[in-house]
Formats: sequence, structure tokens, C-alpha cells
Amino acid sequence: MPVPILKQGEMLIASIQSNLNDQDLMQLKDEIAEKVGRFKSRGVVLDVSILDVLDSFATRTLRSIAETARLRGAETVIVGIQPDVAVAMVQLGLTLDGVLTALDFEEGMELLVASIEGSRRGGS
Amino acid sequence: MEADATHVPIDRDGDIIAARQKARELAVHVGFSGSDLTLIATAISEVARNIVVYATRGEIVLSAVQRGSRRGVLVVARDHGPGIPDIERAMRDGFSTGKSLGLGLPGAKRLMDEFEIVSEIGKGTTVTMRKWTR
Repeated sequence: MPVPILKQGEMLIASIQSNLNDQDLMQLKDEIAEKVGRFKSRGVVLDVSILDVLDSFATRTLRSIAETARLRGAETVIVGIQPDVAVAMVQLGLTLDGVLTALDFEEGMELLVASIEGSRRGGS
Repeated sequence: MEADATHVPIDRDGDIIAARQKARELAVHVGFSGSDLTLIATAISEVARNIVVYATRGEIVLSAVQRGSRRGVLVVARDHGPGIPDIERAMRDGFSTGKSLGLGLPGAKRLMDEFEIVSEIGKGTTVTMRKWTR
């Protein structure tokens, strides 16, 4: 099932609606890369709260989505990783190094806005 | 116990999701809850992906097991793929010949209580995992 990607100001909002197969995940990556360019987006919020498993493949794909968006000039924040999923990821040895994460949508937006403002001022 | 076993064929990546869901249902039935359900589903996801990536097709067999007063789930992931030449290396973190992080098998082992792997070149690989209720 494809993931809807909405534009809100300078941000893109992608909210995963169901467990995704590999093709859906790859398509999401391509669409985010394309829309970041089309809308000149500065940030992407990716809501994964529906996912009940983040295995090594899904984690690697999330990381590559964020990296692809960054190369196109947008920062990504992944929001809504469930507590049990976080526990399993740690036990599995998975990390999302270099990718912003936040508890929920609101906090993710705040984090992105702060990050974009920071980079505009020339800071980091 | 094989009589009550659930067989999930693994032919393509979409089947990985089906295997996870079946495992979760069985684990709830056996008496697991909370993060254990997610640990089991994640371990299944890793071994099922191993089948899709390296062997193309195989199956996952799920059953409820009992040892003394403890109940558990038995997961057997079986394929007739090329086999793993060096199991010790495949079980090392970060080692991968396919398109993964190389965390699949060692990761699944960490998520479960028991983990055995038998592989024969040209014949295939069988991973047997168990997890017990606390």
C-alpha cells in the first residue's frame, strides 16, 4: 500500500498507514526524493507509529530515506517508534545513527523547525 | 506437536509480513505479551528475510511447545537454497554477502532464547528457534 505524502509549508509529511512490503518502502524513498525537489522542502516528517516491527531491512531503508532526503537538501525526522519496537531494535543491534527521531508528530515538527532555523543562521 | 504446526510458505518479501502476523497470533495464544511479542515477530522477520534474499523460497513452521510448566513457541525456518558455507562467519555481527546489514541471524539469536542452525551446501538451511514464557 502506497504511503501518502502531504506538503505542509516547507515540510513533507509521510505517514505510514500499514505494514509495508519492500517495494512500498523503496517507492516511498523515491517519492520523498522527488517531492523534496519539486516542492523545495526543507524537512520531512516520517511517521512510523503504525509499524509493529522494524527489522534490519526496514531500519536500513529508513536510514537511506533520510540520507537521500539530506542529499536533496531536506532534514528527516522519524517519529512514533513504538516502545516495544525500540526495545527489539536495541536487542537486535540496530541504530538510526545520524537520523533525527522524536516521540510524536508535534515533537518531530518542533525538532525540524529548530534544525532548519539553526542551519539558516549558519549554525549547526 | 507437528500436528498443530502452522506452515507459512516464504516465496517473496510480502510473505515475511504474513509470517510475522501468524507468529504473533500463536505467541498471544501461548501466553506471551508486551515486548516479547515484538521480539518474536522481529526474529521471524530476520530469518524469513534470510530465506527471501539467499534461498528465494522456503517455509516457516510455527508451533506451540511445552517444557515442564513453561510454554513456548518453536520456530523452524527451512529452505532448500544454496546453504551457508561458513556458519561461524554468518553468525558474526556485520557479516553479510547479501543486501542486508548482516545482523539477520545473529540478531535473531539475540531476540530468542534458543537458536540452532544447520546448513548443508547445495541442500539448504534450517534455523530452529525457541522462546519461552517468563
